[in-house]
Order: sequence, then C-alpha cells, then structure tokens
Amino acid sequence: MSTTAASSSGSYFQSRRARKRIANIVIAIIMIALGIVCLAPFWWMLSTSLKSMKEIMSFPPTKYPHALHWENYKHAWVSGHFSRYALNTLFLSCVGVVAHILSNTFIAYGFAKIKFPGKNFLFSLMLATMMIPGFCTLIPQYILFSKLHWVGTYLPLTIPGFFGSAFQIFMLRQFYLGIPNDLIEAAKIDGANHFYIWSRIMVPLAKPAVIVIAITTFQGAWNDFLGPLLYVNKESMFNIQIGLTAFRSAELTQWNYLMAASLISLAPVILLFFFFQRYFIEGMNIASGTKG
Amino acid sequence: MIDLSNTYRTGKRSRLSLERKEAVWGYAFVLPWIIGFLVFTFGPLLFSLYASFTNYDITSQMDWVGVRNYRNMFTHDTLFWKSLHNTLYYVVFNVPLTTFAALLLAVTMNQKIPGMRIFRTVFYLPSVLAGVAVFYLWMMLLNPSTGLVNMALGWVGIDGPAWMTDPSWTKPAVILMKLWGAGGGMLLYLAALQGVPDHLYEAAELDGASPIRRFWHVTVPMITPVIFFELVTNLIGAFQIFQEGYVMVQDQATPGSPMNSLLFYNLHMFLKAFQSFQMGYATAMAWFLFVVVIVLTLINMALSKLWVHYEGGDNR
Repeated sequence: MSTTAASSSGSYFQSRRARKRIANIVIAIIMIALGIVCLAPFWWMLSTSLKSMKEIMSFPPTKYPHALHWENYKHAWVSGHFSRYALNTLFLSCVGVVAHILSNTFIAYGFAKIKFPGKNFLFSLMLATMMIPGFCTLIPQYILFSKLHWVGTYLPLTIPGFFGSAFQIFMLRQFYLGIPNDLIEAAKIDGANHFYIWSRIMVPLAKPAVIVIAITTFQGAWNDFLGPLLYVNKESMFNIQIGLTAFRSAELTQWNYLMAASLISLAPVILLFFFFQRYFIEGMNIASGTKG
Repeated sequence: MIDLSNTYRTGKRSRLSLERKEAVWGYAFVLPWIIGFLVFTFGPLLFSLYASFTNYDITSQMDWVGVRNYRNMFTHDTLFWKSLHNTLYYVVFNVPLTTFAALLLAVTMNQKIPGMRIFRTVFYLPSVLAGVAVFYLWMMLLNPSTGLVNMALGWVGIDGPAWMTDPSWTKPAVILMKLWGAGGGMLLYLAALQGVPDHLYEAAELDGASPIRRFWHVTVPMITPVIFFELVTNLIGAFQIFQEGYVMVQDQATPGSPMNSLLFYNLHMFLKAFQSFQMGYATAMAWFLFVVVIVLTLINMALSKLWVHYEGGDNR
C-alpha cells in the first residue's frame, strides 16, 4: 500500500516536473521568436544604412548589404550639418538635466520634509496638473513666450525646467519619504538649516532617484520635437529631431542616408540605456508608488 | 511664579515662532513650483479660456465672439470631427492593446527561465527609443514593396496592405508601431507580479486550480492597481498623439495625409494655431479636449471602484 502510494506520488511529481519543463521550453521558444521580432527593425535599420541606393531599390529586398557602405554615415553627418544639430541637442539636454535636478530635488524636499499650512492643498494641486494634457497649455504658453520676445531663442526650451515638473517632484518626494527624519533632526540639533540639509544630506542620499531624473530628462530633451518646432526658426539652432525632418526633405528618398542619420540620432539613447539599464528599471519602480 | 509663567509663555512663543520659521522654509522650498505653476500653467490656462471666446489671432484682433468658436467647431468644421474620430480610433485600439501586450509580456517574463534578463532588455529597448528616427524606421519597414513587414507577411502567404499610403491602413500601421514599444509598461507589471505572495499560488494549486484559473483569480486581482494606473496614464498619453501625423506622412507639405487619415486632434489644433493663426479657435479646441480627458479620467476612476482591488480592502 504505502509503497504504491509513494511510487504513484513520485510519478505524479515526475510528470509535473516534466510538464513544467515542457512549458518552460515552449515559453522559451515564444520568447526567442518575440525577441527576434523586437530586434528585426534594428537589423533592418543598420543594414539599410550600409546599403547603396541601388541595392535598396532592388526587388526583392536583400536581407543584408552586399557591400558595406560606411561612407553613408559620413555623408549623413556632413551634408545634414548633423554635428551642429548634435551639439545644439547636447547643450539643450545638459541644461535640462541640470535645471530639472536642481529644481525638483529642491521643491520635493519642501513637500516631503517640512511642515507648513496649505501643503496638502498645494501637493494635490500639483498632482492634478499631471492630468492636464500638454497641448492645452501649449498655445497660451507660445503666446506668452512670443510676447516676451523669447521665440527664436532657446529660452522657452530651457527656463521652464528650472520651475519643477510635477511628475519628477512626486517621484522624488516618494524617495525622500523613505529617508528617516532622525537624520534631519540630528542635523538641526547640530545647527544646520534646511538649505544645508537639502544640499548636503538629502540630495546625496537621493542619488539613485537623481540619476533616474537625469536619464529621463536627457532622453526627453534629446527626443524633443514639438518644442524646437515651435520656438526655433533658424537652421543653425535646429536640434537633432528637427534636423532629421529637414534632412528627409532635402534627401527625399535616400533611405540609406536617412537611416544612417536616424541611427546617429538614436545612438546616445541606446548607449545610455545599456550603461544605465539598472536605473531605467529602478525609475519604473519608484514611479509605480510608495509600496515599491 | 511670575518668572515661571513668563518662561512658560516665552517657551510657547518660541515654539510658535519655530513653527512659523519652519513654514517660511517650507514656502521657500516650494516657491519655484508655485511660480512655475502660476506663470506656465494656471496663467496660460486662464488666458486660453478667455481667448477661446475671442477671435484672437496673435497679432491684433481679440474681440469677444461668445461661443462662436465652440459652435463652429461642432457644426462647421468637418475636419474637427475627422480629427476627433482619428484620435478616438487610435485611443480605442492603442490603449487596450498596449496594456494587454505589456501584461502578457510581463507574465511570460515572470517565469523562471535562464536568460530572462537578456529577454527583458530586448523587449524593453524599443520603448526607450522615441522621436523622428523611429518614425522613419517604421515608414521604411512598412513600405509595401521593399519593407520588412510585408516581406514577413509574404512568408506566411499574406499579401500585405499598402500601410502608410492607404488611408484605411495608416492608423493600424501607427498602432502596430506603438505595439513594438509596448515593453515600457512591462516593467511596472513585472514589479507588481513579483509582489504577489507565493502562498496564494500554492493555495490555489492545492485546490486544483489550473494555470489559467490561477492567473484570473489570483494574479489579476492582485495587480489591478497597476493595471488601473497604466490604463489612466496610457489614456491621457494616447489623446496626445500628434507627431506621428506630422512626421510619418508621404508628403511632408501636407501633415495628416493621406486624405487626413492621420490628422489627429492635436495636429488639427496645431495647424489651426500655428499655420492659420486662429488662436482663439485653437484654444477652444484645447479646452474641449481638456474636458473630454477629465471626464474620461473621472469615469475611469469611478469604474475602478468596481474592479480595482487594493490590499487591505480600503479603496483609497
């Protein structure tokens, strides 16, 4: 009796393990197939960027370039004034990163660690602004900036960053709340004021969140299209995104050059992703809320 | 005695002034946000509400025209309805599809299989990339004769559509492209899935629940707050679609082409404001969108009470 029960339960567990293994293999196959689907566009982009125009026009399309035309990249970089656009974009992105880190770490400290009347109201108001579609303030903001004679300068693309952004303030506040108040009390007893506590204690402790903000801000500024489209009116001030659209109309159907230029424009973000992968994921976790 | 009460009183006063000092610090810290809110959000919103009842054209005119802009929007402007239709089409397909795809990816990713980290990276990478380059990449992939998509469809015997040149296929093409980037939501779901306690699965398994039943009765209820968060943010995000209709067109001189099939609401508003300089009309359009988004979000929140499950049972 007992032996049969043991052997039957043994075979039950064996068959369960076998089923589990088969399930895992099926999942792995699906994953690999989906992974190929995800990566194929990148392959197509890279391969097109290295083809000659003649090869692109040939039918059926070739899966990989017959000869590697690296000069496509040089052409894209030189003829599109891409170095200029890249420099402009780098400038805008760096100013954005500095502005966002400064303003949001500062404002979030007030919301997280200082008691003052009306705080809850202001905080709720700030959260509510996240629901306002950006396009609703776009037109009046444009009017404001044009009245200030800021159109045609980089001011509309940089100055607002110094006044905080709701989402990042919210994210940093969540992070600050996890830092024990004892630290602040101890610093206060030592005679430190809030400015000192913010700059010397809070910001250094919030380093992971600050890195997340730096990355997402850089990404956002690098990919910004609408802002420069509205406020920049000189070719010498184009950023990469506007430069790409100009490049397309100049080189209408030259897909090899266009893909080379496109890859150049994506390269910084791809590199950032591979170097700071951990922080991309951490950012999602912080954003998802208090419980983590 | 007098001395004592004096010290007591000064003690109280100093505590009060301490609180006041603390409050001053608090306001000082949040002051940049308050200024930014007034100058860049609240002020512009108020102004645009006023402008939406005028014929403002940025240069000279700003005459009160009452509800004319709003009336014209609904009765005269056929492109308004076209653009609203295009946007709703996009929202209706994009939001559930990306939410579902991200959830499905996360559930599969949650299995213990070697090499999972590489898969996560691969699926997440497309969502990191944005901007004009991605649009050009997809225009090329979706090229009817030389593109990878129709080539792959050909391998399984399907004759692919003309995508970006056929007005009835442009929006599905954009939705397909967006699905490629659905991995962004995956990480949130993954974090939520890993927070579901194992003992719940063990209990369900002992009760003989199949994997599918376990998913519907254990996993889904436990992660409804994240699903809800994703739905709300995706919905607000999807209403913002603009760039695709401006950039992914065959003829760059006519945004929204072919046949206005990619003329999204925000694109129509943008062209009204910055091409024909009908700022008053465009702000009216903006306010209508604002109301639609707020109402949909509130409906979403009200409905959430029926299906979103918060741990501990308190529906906050």
